[in-house]
This record gives sequence, C-alpha cells and structure tokens, in this order.
Amino acid sequence: MTATTAAQAPAKPDLRRTATRGLPLAPAVVLLVLFLAGPIVYAVYLAFTNRALRGEGADTTDFVGLANFTDALSNPEFWNSVVLTLVFTIVSAIIGQNILGMVLALLMRRAAKIVAGITGAIVVCAWILPEVVAAYLWTTFLGDEGSLNRILGTLGLPDQNWLFALPILAVSFANIWRGAAFTMLMYTAALSEVSTDVVEAAQIDGAGAVRRFVSITVPIIRRTIMTNLMLITLQTLSVFGLIFIMTGGGPGTSSQTLPLYMYEQAFSFGQLGYGTAVALLLLLIGALASIAYLRMLPREEKM
Amino acid sequence: MHSRTPGPAASARGPDRRTVLKIAGGSVLALPIAACAGNSADPNTVRISYQQFGSGTIMRDYLTGVIQTYTSDHPEVTVELVPLVAAEEDYFTKSELMMSSARTTPDLVYEDTFILQSDVAAGYLRPVGDYIEGWDLWQHFYQPAKDAVTAENGDLYAVPTHTDTRALWYNRRLLEEAGFPHPWEPGSWQELLEALRAVQSTHPDVVPINVYSGKPQGEKASMQGFEMLLYGTPDRLYDQEEKAWIVGSQGFIDSLEMIRTLFTEELAPALNRALDPNLSELVANTWMPEEQIAVVLDGSWISAPWASGGASPWPEWEEVLDVAPMPTQEGQDPGVVTLAGGWSWAIPDLSPRPDLAWSFLTEMLTTENMAALAATDNQVTIREDVAQHPDYQGYSPTIDFFTDLVEDAEYRPAYAAYPQISAQIQAAMETVMTGQGTPEQAAQSYDAAVREIVGAENTIEAQR
Repeated sequence: MTATTAAQAPAKPDLRRTATRGLPLAPAVVLLVLFLAGPIVYAVYLAFTNRALRGEGADTTDFVGLANFTDALSNPEFWNSVVLTLVFTIVSAIIGQNILGMVLALLMRRAAKIVAGITGAIVVCAWILPEVVAAYLWTTFLGDEGSLNRILGTLGLPDQNWLFALPILAVSFANIWRGAAFTMLMYTAALSEVSTDVVEAAQIDGAGAVRRFVSITVPIIRRTIMTNLMLITLQTLSVFGLIFIMTGGGPGTSSQTLPLYMYEQAFSFGQLGYGTAVALLLLLIGALASIAYLRMLPREEKM
Repeated sequence: MHSRTPGPAASARGPDRRTVLKIAGGSVLALPIAACAGNSADPNTVRISYQQFGSGTIMRDYLTGVIQTYTSDHPEVTVELVPLVAAEEDYFTKSELMMSSARTTPDLVYEDTFILQSDVAAGYLRPVGDYIEGWDLWQHFYQPAKDAVTAENGDLYAVPTHTDTRALWYNRRLLEEAGFPHPWEPGSWQELLEALRAVQSTHPDVVPINVYSGKPQGEKASMQGFEMLLYGTPDRLYDQEEKAWIVGSQGFIDSLEMIRTLFTEELAPALNRALDPNLSELVANTWMPEEQIAVVLDGSWISAPWASGGASPWPEWEEVLDVAPMPTQEGQDPGVVTLAGGWSWAIPDLSPRPDLAWSFLTEMLTTENMAALAATDNQVTIREDVAQHPDYQGYSPTIDFFTDLVEDAEYRPAYAAYPQISAQIQAAMETVMTGQGTPEQAAQSYDAAVREIVGAENTIEAQR
C-alpha cells in the first residue's frame, strides 16, 4: 500500500479510492480469514487425509481421497447415528418444540396478563439455563433414584427407567423442555401481527377455532413457521452437551447422535480425519434440511 | 455569493484522516499477532502435566512436596503443574494435542504405559536412554517394567513409576455363611460360579458379584472385566509373534458366555445399575462398606479411599474383606490370572528443556518419594528399592498379595488401535448382558469390527 496524502481528483472514482475506503474493514476481514475461514478450509482438507492423534496417520499425514467418506457410509455405526440424529431432530425439534411452542404462544394470547407473564418467565428460564445445568437437572429427574421415580413411588406407580431403556426419548424430552421457549417467542411475535379483523370476520362466517387457526393464522405466519423450523432444526442437529451429559451416547450406542459419534471418533479414538469427514456429512444433512424448507416457501417470499 | 467548496487545502492539516485510520487498522492487526507469542520460552520453567482423578489431590500433594525440595536447591527454577481432569481416553487425547505443538507442550508428561507405544510411534516423545545411563537407581527396576517403556527399536522412552494388578475382593462373612470358609480361593470359573450361586440362595438381597461390563464402564469393563476372563482362557486379543489381532477365538466366546451367565442368573448387579457410569463409586463407597455385595472383581487400588484420611473412611475393611486371585478358566497353569497396567513419566519431543525436565524427574523418582507416594496412592511398585523401603512394606494388608501377582501378570496389547478395539469389546459385552444377542453373534460382530478397524490383513484366525 502506498500512502497518498494528496486528495484524489474527483474525475477518477477509481479502484484505489474504493480500496482505501475499505481499509478500515481490513482488520476485521483478516481476523475472519484467520480465525473462521482458515479453520473451515483446514477442516475440509483434514476430511480427505488420514490425520490421527495416534497410530497410522499420526507421525505423517497422507492424503487418502474419499476413503473417510466411504468408510463412514459403509459403517453400520455411522448409520445408527444418522437414524438417531433424525429421530432426535424430528421428535424434539420439528414435533416437540414446534408444537409445544405454538400451543404456549396461542394460550398466552388468551391468558390473563399476569398468567402469561409468569408462564413466559418460567419457560424462558428453562431456555437460558446453561446446557450443562439443564442436562444435569434432567439426569437427576429421570435417574434411577431421581425425583420422577420418587413421585411415581408415592403415587404407587411402577418406576420408569428411560435413561436406560429409551435414552433417545429421554434426551429428546429434555431438549423439548429446553428449546420450547425459543419457538414460543418466535410465534408470540408472529401471532401479534395477525389482525383481529380477519379473525373476527371468519368467526362471523361461522369458522370454528380449528378452522380459523388452519385457514387464517397459519397462512399469515407461515414464513415465521418456516424460519423457525429451519433454525431449530439446525440447532438440534448439532446438540452435543445435553446428550453427552445425560447419557454419554449410551447405553451402548443407543443415543449416540452424529455429534457424539464424531466426538468419539475424533477425540476418544484420535481419528481426526475420519471425525472431520463425519462432521462434513452432518453439515450436508443440515444443508439438505435448509434447502427443503426454502423450497417449501413460495418463490416471492424467499428471503 | 461564495459557494464554499473544500479545497485541496484540507490536506495541509497534519496527518489526514485516512492515514490515522491506516495506522489504527494496522495496530489492530498487530495486536493479536503479538499476543500469539504465548508459552514463555523461559529456560527455567518446567511444565508437568498429569491426570487428575476428579477432586483427588494425591498427585498434586506429592508433586508440591517434590517442588519444595527441588526449588530450595535450585531457587531459579519454577515448576508449573498442569493437571488434566479427564476420563482416560480424553486424557490421552488432551496430552497428545498438547504435545503436538511446541507452544503448548509440557516438559514432563504422565503416560499410561499402555498408550506409550502409540505415542512413540506418533513421534510425540523423545528417547531418554542417554539420561537413564547415568542414573544409578535404574538398576532397581524390574525387567517387565523396563520392557514396558522400551520401543520396538530398543530405545527407552519413559521411566516407569508403578503398576497395578486385579483380583477378587470378597466379603468374608457372606462367603462364610454361604458355606465357603475363609480363606476362600476358587480354582476355576465353575468353582467361582458355585460360590456365587450359594451366596445368592443364602442371601437373596445381596449382589453376589460385580464384574464391570458394557460401554458405560469404559476401559474398566475391558480390562477389569473381560480381559480378566479372556486371559484366563488359552486365547488372547493379539498374537505377538504374528503381529496380528486374533479373531474367531473360542476363549472370546467363552468369556462372553461367562458374562451372560452372570447377568442372566442375576449374579451380577441389575442392568440399569451395571450400565450406570457411576457404578464404581457405588460399589466402593456404598455396597462394599454396607456389605451388600459378596465379591468384586477389581483393582489393587480400590482400598485407597477407605484409609483414615481417604474420601470415604472405612477402617474396618481389613476385617470385613479379603482378596483371592482370579482363577483361570479350568484352573489350568498358571492357575491365576491378572492384568497389569502401569504409569510412567516421559519427556515430549518438542520440549525445549529436556535437561531440566530430567533433573526434576530424578528428584521425583527418589526411593523416598516413590515409597511415600505408593503408600498414599495404593500403588504396586515395580522397583526393588521401593519394595524394600519401610514406608512401602505392609502399608496395606493387601499390598503383598497384589505385588506377588505382578510376576504372572498379563498386559494389554498397547497399540494404536486398542482403544477402538476395546470399545468393541465393551459393545460385545453389552450385547450379551442385555440379551440382544448370543455370545457367538456378539463375537462375530466383534470380529467384523476388528477387521474394519485394523484391516483384515492385520488379523489372524484363532487356532481351534
């Protein structure tokens, strides 16, 4: 860079001036390249190598082409994780958080101010709790000698054993409990934009509550629904801490979703190349889900 | 009318705005780069990383004591402790990541001898043979311990500190009441099962035995559980001569069958307990002191927390419990089986201060220090000078028993693939204990997984 102190002639709105004006952005761009783009490019490179912390690929790293990906796709444990990831995402985000959030938002519209305020505060509290704390709470709640079994015991009901028998459902419930607040806030904001005139008009025309919801409310807020679905899907696909603390992916591999599988391969077994390849496959699943949601929106509404 | 247009005079007002911005931008850029000069290149600072078990402070207290002694002789030296609180596999990973860069590497690293060979092969460690040559305590080390820290090329890569062995801890009263008077020593798996069934019929509310099993128990299940069975059969996990992993062995199926028997006959803890990651705390701190369990297949160290200054003091344990060696499958020679682990201190290859690290290490490894540490940490020594030391002799009623087992001890095949293979062993155990499959099916999936992990060319069919 040459520093020019002379003012540019206005006749030449040239590249140099644009470049100079962009200069204040340079530090931020350099930082982004160094600390964001750099690692991303490195991760993509790693996925095509046999880099490992121990054993083959630890001392010298070789380029192995697509071997990591073919290994993953031919590995039953990988597919087990894919299925569990989809179950976890569909049950806890697309069904659980989405419906619970919507129900809460609808009820809070009808509720008295004070009730809505208290409910909202409680639900949001569950959301702002650190993941570790929430996971530990659920472990102690569902655990063998946990509070749920105590409650069941006093009611004379048999004990439950979900953490062991249905671990993927146990972590899904914990995730619904944690994540419903986000959806609720999104939908509360969206519902406040549904004008009462339209709803009242429909009511006069004899539409019942369900019909009003399906034919009026949903079409008006469908962009929010899609945006929200996309966001919670991407969030849920990458949930790690909650499951890691509650079940550690176990018993066996019966709650080992892709992020946990990735962690085990990369950090427990030291297979960094393979773990990174699995991470890219997880990214692909997220990308496919996003594309699917975007395609569902009519063309003119695309953001 | 004057229209005031800013003229070129603007540039005459000292450094213009752009220049200032460039300087500001440049300095913002320079900041993180300057901050990257991290790890002090101070030649007098030794960094020591070790595994800390939860809130345990035994290692820290020992190192702090050594540091005090050392720095009073060498006031210019500072010693920095880097405790890594992590589960076993995560500890290896953290160490390896630290050792991969000159800026983060410790100068001394506490290495499980079982991961040592992998770390040597990966180039993390430097040979210490030239240091050991001039160190007169080396002659006191037993040969198997020396072998454990020798790489394939014959170089020494670490100094071993201690080992540990495994056996059956049993409750004298419960066995006595079931008709097996003290001292009890089962001669085969069959005799062990008979005793357990007797306990089950006389004490229906007592858990007859705990053998760690399944993935949540991690390496405990592989080593304290499965391998204590497998190495009592004629078969092994790895063929040292062919340098290949063994698949399709009868011993593997028999060991799984034994696990299945324990769980289907309810001689072992209930499944949800057996698969609870906190089972070991429950067994050692609740079940054993409250006499709710008759036999426990576990390590030499488990009496440590029961000492008067320990985490859960239980001074009566010496009267309540006794130990018996784990028998081989049919009682065939050598009659007993034990797996041994072990730890060592190594110097990372990238450490810029190997001389200072070695100098500090010799202070850590004096006979006095090692004997005191062995007594507080319930270690089984691998050194003659420590074994002779009054602090070590009889520091615990069981120590002589566990020290004698070292002679016939078996070691895990410490190769890079072992952690993954170990995870497959745990999965196979879990398959049979939960009844998801037969021992044959579980062994078949294990074989397939091993071929997948190491490649079929590195496996060998067992001789049937």
